[in-house]
Amino acid sequence: MQVPAPFDYARATSVAEALELLERHGEEARLVAGGHSLLPMMKLRLARPDWVVDINDVAELRHITEEPGRLRVGALTRHAELLGSEVVGRLFPIVHDAERVIADPVVRNRGTIGGSLAQADPAEDLTTVCDVLRAEVVIAGRDGERVVAMPEFHRGPYETACAQDEIVTEVRFPVRAGQGSAYEKVERRVGDWAVAAAGAALVLDDGGAITEAAVGLTALGLEGLAVEAAAVLVGQRPDEALFAEAARLAAAASAPVEDGRGPVDYKRHLADELTRRVLRTAAARAGALTAVQGG
Amino acid sequence: MQVTMTVNGAEVTRDVEPRQLLVHFLRETLGLTGTHWGCDTSNCGTCVVLVDGLPVKSCTQLAAMTSGHEVRTVEGLAGGAGLDPVQQGFMAEHGLQCGFCTPGMMLTARALLDRDPDPDEATIREAISGQICRCTGYATIVRSVRWAAEHPAAAATDQEVTA
Ligand SMILES: Cc1cc2nc3c(=O)[nH]c(=O)nc-3n(C[C@H](O)[C@H](O)[C@H](O)COP(=O)(O)OP(=O)(O)OC[C@H]3O[C@@H](n4cnc5c(N)ncnc54)[C@H](O)[C@@H]3O)c2cc1C
Ligand code: FES
Ligand code: FES
Repeated sequence: MQVPAPFDYARATSVAEALELLERHGEEARLVAGGHSLLPMMKLRLARPDWVVDINDVAELRHITEEPGRLRVGALTRHAELLGSEVVGRLFPIVHDAERVIADPVVRNRGTIGGSLAQADPAEDLTTVCDVLRAEVVIAGRDGERVVAMPEFHRGPYETACAQDEIVTEVRFPVRAGQGSAYEKVERRVGDWAVAAAGAALVLDDGGAITEAAVGLTALGLEGLAVEAAAVLVGQRPDEALFAEAARLAAAASAPVEDGRGPVDYKRHLADELTRRVLRTAAARAGALTAVQGG
Repeated sequence: MQVTMTVNGAEVTRDVEPRQLLVHFLRETLGLTGTHWGCDTSNCGTCVVLVDGLPVKSCTQLAAMTSGHEVRTVEGLAGGAGLDPVQQGFMAEHGLQCGFCTPGMMLTARALLDRDPDPDEATIREAISGQICRCTGYATIVRSVRWAAEHPAAAATDQEVTA
């Protein structure tokens, strides 16, 4: 029977109270949101907090708010709520692409966007999604709030800009006219973590040329965006040869490691193939493509 | 610490260790062993119960986190009107063999039907995709849920028969 080591439990009902509890209980206090990363780690003694601060009752952290030019998503928003949100799917179809393949529907009833980004698992999907959408993360601490861009927030596997005594309160997604976005993942079986995944966002101008591009990879050893891949796309009109070149550059930027989910050459092949696919879909969703074959 | 929650319609208050998982609270503290416990790694879904109406893996939630909430286990499926249509569907369409996955499957089916009374096969398969059955091959489970969708008043009929 796997049971966490003993700890004390406290429940917060506001961000201020959660911060106060984190401060009072010091270094060994940890927030719990959905608990679907933290509790498995505690069962395995990979995490051993003395205090667990439950933020599930912090209602101010649970919202999806559309504003001119941006969408604000509270950190406690569940995967299932993102997937069920019409506005999220309309503005950022990449989020729905990813959410459909994050874990399974039951896990998605509990897991949260804030917990996912804060956990920063190397195979975690929403970090790539937030990277390519150029999202910002709002972090609350004793001295108030700060807003950090994804490249600054996500420092690497299991490491973020959110300190132990701080809370991720919100993720902000800029809305871009003419944007199309997509995510595709290969998994060994339904509900599993990615063998590999890719995400892309393209902005096309009225003439059909790419004005902004972002490509990201999941579980492929690349931190942050595939900048060379994006660079060849900008200023060009979408077509298969261009996507093939961008995908080649994304695969070259990847640094996969062999594990139970597959060998290096297979994963690099996936980086290439999945990048092509998400570029096609993102371009088609941006609305300017009729000639390129979908795949 | 003390937790208070509603389990199958009745309020219960117990002293628990903060580290106690909901699945063990239900099985050991309350003696409701209908909730099964399998992989312990959030994968198999046999421990699924409804918390505030939503399927949740009870091996991955603390009893403490559930305090103040409403839990429904397989013991709470059958009401005064007799077996839930989902339970009758599992009987009618052979939705179980060993029965290990069945409580979780039935609760997920109940939650699905509450939200979507007439789900197609793809929707049912998606809804149960976080739960593993090692016996049936899923086809009979899908048929069982369809049976329940087609006989929503089965429990009421049952009551009329027994009344
Ligand atoms: C079987 C299974 C399959 C899964 N498959 C996938 C998958 O395919 N893809 C994927 O991306 N994920 C997957 N996950 C992970 C799932 O998405 C988790 O829900 C997610 O990683 C963590 O979210 P949580 O809310 O459960 O976080 P928790 O477990 O509650 O917390 C995780 C960490 O984040 C911290 N934290 C939580 N909230 C905040 C906050 N607001 N501010 C600061 N720190 C915070 C906690 O202190 C803890 O350190 C899977 C999980 C399971 C159990
Ligand atoms: S015992 Fe909970 S998912 Fe397997
Ligand atoms: S009936 Fe045996 S595991 Fe499903």
